[in-house]
Amino acid sequence: MSNHLKDLKLKIWRQSGPAAKGHFEEYVMPEISDEASFLEMLDVLNEGLIGENKLPVVFDHDCREGICGTCSLMINGQAHGPERSTATCQLHMRKFKSGDEIVIEPWRASAFPIIKDLMVDRSAFDRIIESGGFISANTGGAPDANLIPIPKSVADAAMDSAQCIGCGACVAACPNGAANLFTAAKIAHLNLLPQGQAERYKRTEAMVETMDEYFGSCTNHGECEAACPKEISIDVIALMNKDYRKSKLKNRKEISRN
Amino acid sequence: MTITLNSKIPAGSINDKWNTYKEDAKLVAPGNKRKFKVIVVGSGLAGASAAATMAELGYQVDVFTFHDSPRRAHSIAAQGGINAAKNYQGDGDSVHRLFYDTIKGGDFRSREANVHRLAEVSVNIIDQMVSQGVPFAREYGGMLDNRSFGGAQVSRTFYARGQTGQQLLLGAYQQLARQIGLGNVRMFNRTELVDVVTIEGRCAGIVTRDLVNGEVVSHSAHAVVMATGGYGNVFYLSTNAMACNVTAAWRAHRNGATFANPCYTQIHPTCIPQSDPTQSKLTLMSESLRNDGRVWVPQNPDETRPASQVPEAERDYILERLYPSYGNLAPRDISSRAAKRSVDSGRGVGPLKNGVYLDFSDAINRLGKDVVEERYGNLFEMYERIAGENPYDMPMRIYPASHYTMGGLWVDYELMTNIPGLYAAGEANFSDHGANRLGASALMQGLADGYFVLPYTIGNYLAPMLNKPIPGTDHPAFKAAELAAQARYQGYVDIKGTRSPDYFHREVGRIIWDYCGMERTQQGLEKALSELPALYEEFQKDLRVTGDTESMNQTLEKAGRVDDFFQLGMLMCRDALEREESCGGHFRAEYQTDEGEATRDDEKFAHVAAWEWTGDPTKSIRHKEELNFEAIHLATRSYK
Ligand SMILES: Cc1cc2nc3c(=O)[nH]c(=O)nc-3n(C[C@H](O)[C@H](O)[C@H](O)COP(=O)(O)OP(=O)(O)OC[C@H]3O[C@@H](n4cnc5c(N)ncnc54)[C@H](O)[C@@H]3O)c2cc1C
Ligand code: FES
Repeated sequence: MSNHLKDLKLKIWRQSGPAAKGHFEEYVMPEISDEASFLEMLDVLNEGLIGENKLPVVFDHDCREGICGTCSLMINGQAHGPERSTATCQLHMRKFKSGDEIVIEPWRASAFPIIKDLMVDRSAFDRIIESGGFISANTGGAPDANLIPIPKSVADAAMDSAQCIGCGACVAACPNGAANLFTAAKIAHLNLLPQGQAERYKRTEAMVETMDEYFGSCTNHGECEAACPKEISIDVIALMNKDYRKSKLKNRKEISRN
Repeated sequence: MTITLNSKIPAGSINDKWNTYKEDAKLVAPGNKRKFKVIVVGSGLAGASAAATMAELGYQVDVFTFHDSPRRAHSIAAQGGINAAKNYQGDGDSVHRLFYDTIKGGDFRSREANVHRLAEVSVNIIDQMVSQGVPFAREYGGMLDNRSFGGAQVSRTFYARGQTGQQLLLGAYQQLARQIGLGNVRMFNRTELVDVVTIEGRCAGIVTRDLVNGEVVSHSAHAVVMATGGYGNVFYLSTNAMACNVTAAWRAHRNGATFANPCYTQIHPTCIPQSDPTQSKLTLMSESLRNDGRVWVPQNPDETRPASQVPEAERDYILERLYPSYGNLAPRDISSRAAKRSVDSGRGVGPLKNGVYLDFSDAINRLGKDVVEERYGNLFEMYERIAGENPYDMPMRIYPASHYTMGGLWVDYELMTNIPGLYAAGEANFSDHGANRLGASALMQGLADGYFVLPYTIGNYLAPMLNKPIPGTDHPAFKAAELAAQARYQGYVDIKGTRSPDYFHREVGRIIWDYCGMERTQQGLEKALSELPALYEEFQKDLRVTGDTESMNQTLEKAGRVDDFFQLGMLMCRDALEREESCGGHFRAEYQTDEGEATRDDEKFAHVAAWEWTGDPTKSIRHKEELNFEAIHLATRSYK
């Protein structure tokens, strides 16, 4: 049966708009069930704030199943909070104790400007995908799906990286605000598959360079891997770096041929 | 407006209709396509695939989503898989069999021609997605793997671990992203459709609200596609994402589009039961689990022993007992009712006695823990995270929850609503699943609509409009719609009552769940129809939205969505009341066999009910589209 946590102290970042100066505000949650999820705890807080005629705390969320990548909170300085491989929405209050102080902040990264309170703009991620995170295969005319067998190990490895939910925890956790894990996960997914070979080096070069336009550079802290709710391995970054180096040579050859 | 429901089903045998249609359809020459602007609302599987494909063809495409990125659409959450009649397993599958299973699964309440086309193009979807880089599960030899889903006796479901929707959506999103990068699609994120504009009988465009700054803007186009998902959140608790709502479809409905079969909603049998009053949503456990999990409850309502200590003889494997030939893979509506009845009879399990067991111990003994982990590992983890129990040691506890809505905007064979130029695709339309959708068929339908149907049918509509001017956003109809939308949102803020939109949402949801949920009665529906208008009046007088309309205001967004849920809820109850039969997900307690199975009334109700808006949701007008079964004989559905 459920237990109740008492007197949680919440310190929440409030910021009325992108250009406004933000500050922490403190709230006390007199009682919350430990069966509640972290976001349900915030729902209860917000209902209370509306009851007091105040502005509820703005935060991004949607599926609440750990798959859409919308939720995005720094909880006590950790992206998505204390539980490993768990997005904020899947974190439950049983991980906390009565009387705990919980500091809640938005993702902090120069590439992710704050929209309001805990909500940030992550569209720089879309720019990276738009630059090359795809296989160019127009609708229609695709060959039979079983024409090219893909070894199970290859399909599995591609799937491991394809699991990225695009939440941005890796960027938020990185002291440099780098997006290498996000970018490399997509590159690994597509570059491992036979279907992805034709554009392999073009893709890698374009995505890495778009990433560099928006995000900081990776200095191998490894914080990204620890924060990733899908446990995407930092090994994908090595693969990306290797393909990027090769791409410089291959793409130049390509250009000279055309 | 006089409503005509012309389904435009092409002549000819069921096998030839789609080919005949394509051969006869009018074409827009490649160089002329860029003269047409198409708006796609929604970037889920249906919207992203339609937008990407039409942009590839050369149309100018504008895409709108209230999400912060097109990749977040709710399609991302689909777990189990996608059907296709590939017959890769050589187990006797075919286009005809998928067609038949879908019609039968839908309890003979869908349109044959549409469903046959769906089965035909299903095979192309898998080819397309593999070429897009979707990492579907493979066998050791490198070929694609399949599993079975409810309502089928063949293995035709393709999957990517427990994240099939995610992988398909990312495939379609990447294809869309490519077109955005190439400048062929303009993408509007965090932008909500708040109205649909019709001028001289055709859809002329939409009005949107920018969720970040509240700006209300018009967009005109030659054609508009609604790919805005389902309305399962009308129940408040559901497996849908928090933001799923009916507003887009409802605004189209209020502007003249008929809304079909709103009472056909799907209650999914395998969700994690509610554990707490603060609960904001329910989590689905994929139907694929029923391949290896066995559903049971203790015989004795007062059973207190842990599941593993209840001897075999004292367990009731409800689905295996009632439906021996399909067993644990009986269709969703049937499985849900079986679970509800067990719980209602006091044999529920768990601390609140509000679930049934889904037990994997046999599968673990037979296949080994490794194989079970390989198949369902991430679902087991998800369960443990939410329920706090380890399903390798203890059976899961599951209970039905609102999951999918078969009803939606009425569309013809071309996926056009009764408003020329306005289309609906994916879960937002009513077209293919009749009164009950089979598992793994929604992803198939969304992608079929977007990739393989709309790109043809929209061309047929646009071709005659070449070089004819269309009304711009300076037209008075757009200005009037903008003003009305501004007034509507300002109105919510100005009520200054005492209750939040969430409070009202919970209350509407409770009424709809109690009276228009898994089991419906005339009395209950009449009660709902007297309670809902009263509650709606309270909403209009006592709503409280803090903050303003000019900045990011999630309470305000919610208010608009709850308002539309109220109106839809009333229509759902009306529809359920008028349909005096049981079929699929619509179970009227008055119409059942002695054994508790649904009894259809084909004589009176083999039709689609398409509702016309009149200004008062309790006074909508019911129109009929008769369903003709030529390829398949109407039969009583049996899964025994
Ligand atoms: C938990 C879960 C698991 C599922 N598993 C399966 C499965 O295994 N197999 C299967 O076949 N089906 C499954 N389904 C069903 C399936 O996922 C959905 O029916 C399908 O993905 C719907 O796709 P769609 O493109 O129609 O809509 P969605 O993916 O819901 O997309 C709707 C889009 O419309 C936008 N939108 C909506 N309203 C507005 C508005 N007013 N203004 C602007 N934008 C708007 C949204 O932002 C979004 O982009 C599952 C469903 C759930 C809930
Ligand atoms: S809300 Fe979807 S991942 Fe958390």
